[in-house]
Amino acid sequence: MSEGKLLVINNISVVYSDVIQVLKGVSLTVEKGQIVSLLGSNGAGKTTTLKAVSGLLKPENGKVTEGSILFDGLPIHNHSPEMITRAGIIQVLEGRQPFKYLTIEENLRVGTATRWGKPYRQDLDMVYHYFPALTKRRKTLAGYCSGGEMQMLVIGRALMAHPRLLLLDEPSLGLAPLFVREIFQIIERINRENGTTIVLVEQNANMALQIATYGYVMENGKIVMEGRAEDLRENPDVKEFYLGMGAAGAAKSYKDVKAYKRRKRWL
Amino acid sequence: MDFFLQLLINGLSIGFLYGLSAMGFVMIFKSSSVLNFAHGEILAFGAFLFLALATWAQLPIALAFVVTLAGAFVLGFVIERIFLRPLIGEPLIQVIMLTVGLASMFKGGMLLVWGGNLYTYPEFLPEGLGVNWGVIQVPPVYVAAVIIGSLFLLLFGLFFKFSSQGIYMRSVADNQPAALSLGVHVRRVFALSWAIAAVVAGISGIVLGIINGINVHELSSIGLKVFPVVILGGLDSISGAIIGGLIIGLLETFTGGYLSPSLRDIVPYITLVFILLIKPYGLFGLVEIERV
Ligand SMILES: Nc1ncnc2c1ncn2[C@@H]1O[C@H](COP(=O)(O)OP(=O)(O)O)[C@@H](O)[C@H]1O
Ligand SMILES: [Mg+2]
Repeated sequence: MSEGKLLVINNISVVYSDVIQVLKGVSLTVEKGQIVSLLGSNGAGKTTTLKAVSGLLKPENGKVTEGSILFDGLPIHNHSPEMITRAGIIQVLEGRQPFKYLTIEENLRVGTATRWGKPYRQDLDMVYHYFPALTKRRKTLAGYCSGGEMQMLVIGRALMAHPRLLLLDEPSLGLAPLFVREIFQIIERINRENGTTIVLVEQNANMALQIATYGYVMENGKIVMEGRAEDLRENPDVKEFYLGMGAAGAAKSYKDVKAYKRRKRWL
Repeated sequence: MDFFLQLLINGLSIGFLYGLSAMGFVMIFKSSSVLNFAHGEILAFGAFLFLALATWAQLPIALAFVVTLAGAFVLGFVIERIFLRPLIGEPLIQVIMLTVGLASMFKGGMLLVWGGNLYTYPEFLPEGLGVNWGVIQVPPVYVAAVIIGSLFLLLFGLFFKFSSQGIYMRSVADNQPAALSLGVHVRRVFALSWAIAAVVAGISGIVLGIINGINVHELSSIGLKVFPVVILGGLDSISGAIIGGLIIGLLETFTGGYLSPSLRDIVPYITLVFILLIKPYGLFGLVEIERV
C-alpha cells in the first residue's frame, strides 16, 4: 500500500533557534504523481513545512524536533540539503530568487549541480520548450528580467535537476493575473507530461485547487483541514476564508471570524 | 620620456601581480564573505615552496612551478577544511581573528625554516624573453610577469564563465540560499575558492620573488597591499581587483621614480583614502541590480 506514497510527513514539530516552535504536529502525505496543495494565510508555517522536507531549515537554525519525514520510505528529516536534493527533492524558494548576475542559461545550468558532469543539453531544450519566452533571453542577466520571466526561470532551473518531488513556494505571488494563469497551466503540464510529483504552497487557493488533486489547509503551525481538491473547493470555510467568497456575499465581519475560530478549535 | 615609459611598464607589470593576488582575496570574500588576513603569508609560502623545490630538491623549473601550484591548491583546500569550516555561520569578527591567527602561524613557521634572510632564485628566465626596443628595455622577469598573469587570468576567466564548477561557484557568491536549494555543494565551493585563491597568491609570490627577492617579511607585507587594491577596485569585483592592482602598481612605481623611494609604500594608502571619500564602494563596486 505504501509504495504509492512518495512523501510522508509524520507528526513533525519544527523549532527555530532552539526556542521558537513554529510547527506543532504536522502530518501530510503525497502520493506519487499527485499535485498536493498546501494552503494557509501568511505566517501559518507553509514555508517552514517545505523547508523541513528540503533540508533548508538547517541554514536558518531550524530543526525537526519530533516526528519523521519519509521520502520513498526512507527517513530524511534533518538531513543536509546536499543529500536531499540528490535524493530527488527540489524546492523552488518563495519570492523568486534568481542568480541576478548570471545569465538565464547560466542560471539553468546551476540546476545541474546534483548531477554534475552529466550531459544537460536536452534538459535545456526541455526547459525552453516549457518556457519559450526564456529562449530569446538566454544571454540576458537574470537580474534584468521581468517578474514573470524570473518565475519561469526558477521553475525551469529546478526542472534541470530532474526532481522526483518538486516543492513550489507561492509561485503566483506578485504576478499579474494573466501570468498567474499561464504559470499554473505550465505547472499542471509539468506534472502531467513529466510525471513530476508536486507540492504547491499557495495563498491563491482558487487557482491551486483547480490543478491539485488533494489539499491541506494550515493555520498556526497545524493542519486544520484536508481533503480532495474538489471537496475543499465546495467547503464553506475554505470558500469564505481562502476563496474570498463570503456565504452571503457580504464582507467578512468580526462575528464571522469568531465563528471560524470556534470551528477551527473544534477541528 | 624613456624614464617615463620604463616606469609605466614596470608599474603595469607589478600592478598586474598585485591585481592577480587581490583577485584571490576577492574570490574568497565573494563566495564566503571571509576577509583573509593570511593572504600575504600564503603568497610568501608559494614563493618559498618554489624556492625549496627549485634549489633544495633540484627539480626542473617547470616541474617545480607546477608542483608549487599544486601545493598551494592543497594548502588552500586544507586551510578551509580544518580552520574555516567549523566557523561557518559564526560572527565575522571571529573568522577575521582566525585568519589573523593563521597569518602569524604561517609567518612563524616560515621564519623557523628560512629565517629573515633574503634569498634569490637561480637564474632561469631566458635572456631572450626581455624586450629591447632601443628606448624601452623590459627585463625578462617583467615580460614573464605579464605573460603568466595574462595566461592565468584567461584560464580563470574561462573557468568561471564556461565550466559547470565555475558557474556553481558564482551561484554561491550570488545567492547562497538559492544555490543550496538546487543542491550546490556550498562547502565544497568554499574550499575550492580557498584553493584557487592560494594558487593565484602562489603565482604572484613566485613572480614577485623573482623581481624583489624572497624574504618572509617583504612578501607577507604584500598581503597588506591587497587591501588598498581591493578597496579601490571594490571588494566584490574580480575585474576591479585587476584594475585596482594596476593603479596601485603604477602609483607606487611613479612615486618611487619621480618623488622618492621612501614614499612609494605610503602613496597607495593616501590615494585610497581620497578615493574612498569620493566613492565609498570603491571604483568598481558591484552595482546592485534592483527591481520590483
Ligand atoms: N528563521 C526563522 N526564525 C524564527 N522564526 C521563523 C523563521 N522563519 C519563519 N519563522 C516564523 O515561523 C512562522 C511561520 O513562518 P512561515 O513558515 O514562513 O509561514 P508561511 O510560509 O505560511 O507564511 C512565522 O511566524 C515566522 O515568523
Ligand atoms: Mg511562506
